[in-house]
Amino acid sequence: MTGTDQNHDWPLWEVFVRSRRGLSHTHAGSLHAPDAEMALRNARDLYTRRSEGVSIWVVPSAEITASSPDEKDSFFEPSGDKPYRHPTFYAIPDGVKHL
Amino acid sequence: MTATSVARTAALALGDDALVLSHRLGEWAGHAPVLEEEVALANIALDLLGQARILLSLVGDEDELAYLREERAFRNLQLVEQPNGDFAHTIARQLFFSTYQHLLYGRLAAGDGEFAPLAAKAVKETEYHRDHAEQWTLRLGDGTEESHARMQRAVDTLWRFTGEPFQPVEGLAEAPLVEEEWLASVTTVLERATLTVPEGPRTGAWAAGAGRQGLHTEPFGRMIAEMQHLHRSHPGATW
Amino acid sequence: MTAVTEGQTHPAKEGSAPDQQTVFDAAVAADERIEPRDWMPDAYRASLVRQIAQHAHSEIIGMQPEANWITRAPSLRRKAILMAKVQDEAGHGLYLYSAAETLGTSREELLDKLHAGRQKYSSIFNYPTLTWADVGAIGWLVDGAAITNQVPICRCSYGPYARAMVRICKEESFHQRQGFESLLALSQGTPEQHAMAQDAVNRWWWPSLMMFGPPDDESSHSAQSMQWKIKRHSNDELRQRFVDIAVPQAKALGLTLPDPDLRWNEERGHHDFGAIDWAEFWDVLKGNGPCNDQRITQRRRAHEEGAWVRDAAAAYASKHRKTKGEAA
Repeated sequence: MTGTDQNHDWPLWEVFVRSRRGLSHTHAGSLHAPDAEMALRNARDLYTRRSEGVSIWVVPSAEITASSPDEKDSFFEPSGDKPYRHPTFYAIPDGVKHL
Repeated sequence: MTATSVARTAALALGDDALVLSHRLGEWAGHAPVLEEEVALANIALDLLGQARILLSLVGDEDELAYLREERAFRNLQLVEQPNGDFAHTIARQLFFSTYQHLLYGRLAAGDGEFAPLAAKAVKETEYHRDHAEQWTLRLGDGTEESHARMQRAVDTLWRFTGEPFQPVEGLAEAPLVEEEWLASVTTVLERATLTVPEGPRTGAWAAGAGRQGLHTEPFGRMIAEMQHLHRSHPGATW
Repeated sequence: MTAVTEGQTHPAKEGSAPDQQTVFDAAVAADERIEPRDWMPDAYRASLVRQIAQHAHSEIIGMQPEANWITRAPSLRRKAILMAKVQDEAGHGLYLYSAAETLGTSREELLDKLHAGRQKYSSIFNYPTLTWADVGAIGWLVDGAAITNQVPICRCSYGPYARAMVRICKEESFHQRQGFESLLALSQGTPEQHAMAQDAVNRWWWPSLMMFGPPDDESSHSAQSMQWKIKRHSNDELRQRFVDIAVPQAKALGLTLPDPDLRWNEERGHHDFGAIDWAEFWDVLKGNGPCNDQRITQRRRAHEEGAWVRDAAAAYASKHRKTKGEAA
């Protein structure tokens, strides 16, 4: 009956909470739980006890792949010189509406 | 709003259940096996205290009822007054009681009696309490050898208190009706948790009755002595 | 707060350390936030871990003196408030341990250090709660001092710590208020209740002033922490701010503060106050306070007695490890 890889330390989970319908889930924090079911419940108890949420996601922290700060330049800077992606780039004559 | 006299008996029974179990769960503060569980147990205790305050207020002044009644006037089940014991005992007590409460409030919410509005809110709370108890029963029962043994011992010890909730109470005709469902539900959880459903009796041999008749177990007297001491030391004071 | 730390990913590139230091210094100087995977000086990381751990430990040890009164709370309303408050403290401990985890330090490791006496918690919790009024005094004075300390940390240079503090400060706003309200009820109650309130304030006032830490010229970590913007104001500055806030509140409560030297100084625009007994502070810190042993013993016992529960859940999880998607 003893578990195979018994471990005192419960893994860490990242918690994402949808604060109300119509909004996307945002990162609320993290917590420890032995498995996904308990992680959801712990998240409910910890992060929504003041009615902060209507829906919760939990993700094992170890499963998150993050971009690296070292790659900041190659990842994010190239998008900085493409103002034509933004509507303010375009001149529209006065009086033209609904554009 | 105050209740009719028949409903008062029932409100007192249900209110005392919630008050006493909330107090017991409050004793866990600072002692839980893991921080996440501090938060979970306190949530349940707060739900129950909220229920107790509403129910006792149907009968009279909530503080007078909680703090100035003698032990024999409390109408809670003996199950809820049982000391916390280890975490397995607390979970077994939670499983037995929250399953009962959930089924009972489900019935009350569906009816058109005086408790229907209260029950509609409580049924959601108790659903979560029951789920919490089920999750832990599974993990302790089907966890390690030690946890299995502790959980089985807790189930066996508390089993003799699980018949009382279904004894007829004035104003609460629904209570006996949920016993079969309770037994089926608890059996399913225990079996999934690889635990054995006890074969022993579910009520004590004392013909005079139990908690609903104001007959309690010895630890209860000490529990309310602690609960009431400060309030009683300052008669008439407001806090 | 993500657990992804720089240690697991990209070690600093060879020869780039000075650049990294420059980038870090510039970010701090520009009031930008440092995030978990950014390069940071080892000493900055160590200092943060020390401070966040001490803060987290204070939250969970701080549950004990107040939980001491949950079972005796004199009304059901007060009982609900107290349970919710002690619960918040567990929650705040969790937020803070999470913030520490982003620096590559597990909660287990920090708890082990707490239990072994190798990391500290706020000394204030080594004083006992002798009467119900102590619960009110803790809310008003101890939480008041804590909030004075914590509000500036919401702008701390380390992102996860700052975010945890924002959440904590938001939730704690009720803690101080409930304490004040509870003391006010006592102060305006029966003569016995009033005396109880005054006695509690007499005992908690000085330890609350000590919560801001030693005077600036004796504080070992202060200068560097200020430079890194982990800390924004000096100990003495915050202590003065707290005294100035507390004096009119005490008056509103109808209670006195136990300091004959306390008076308004027109010239400074602040209250002068008497000398703090730093010998007591250092003695309590060293372990000789009235409750040091009791607090750590209870904490350790809860952890040890919970081991079989944590093991059981871990064993169950490894037996049933078929991850089922449960998306919303």
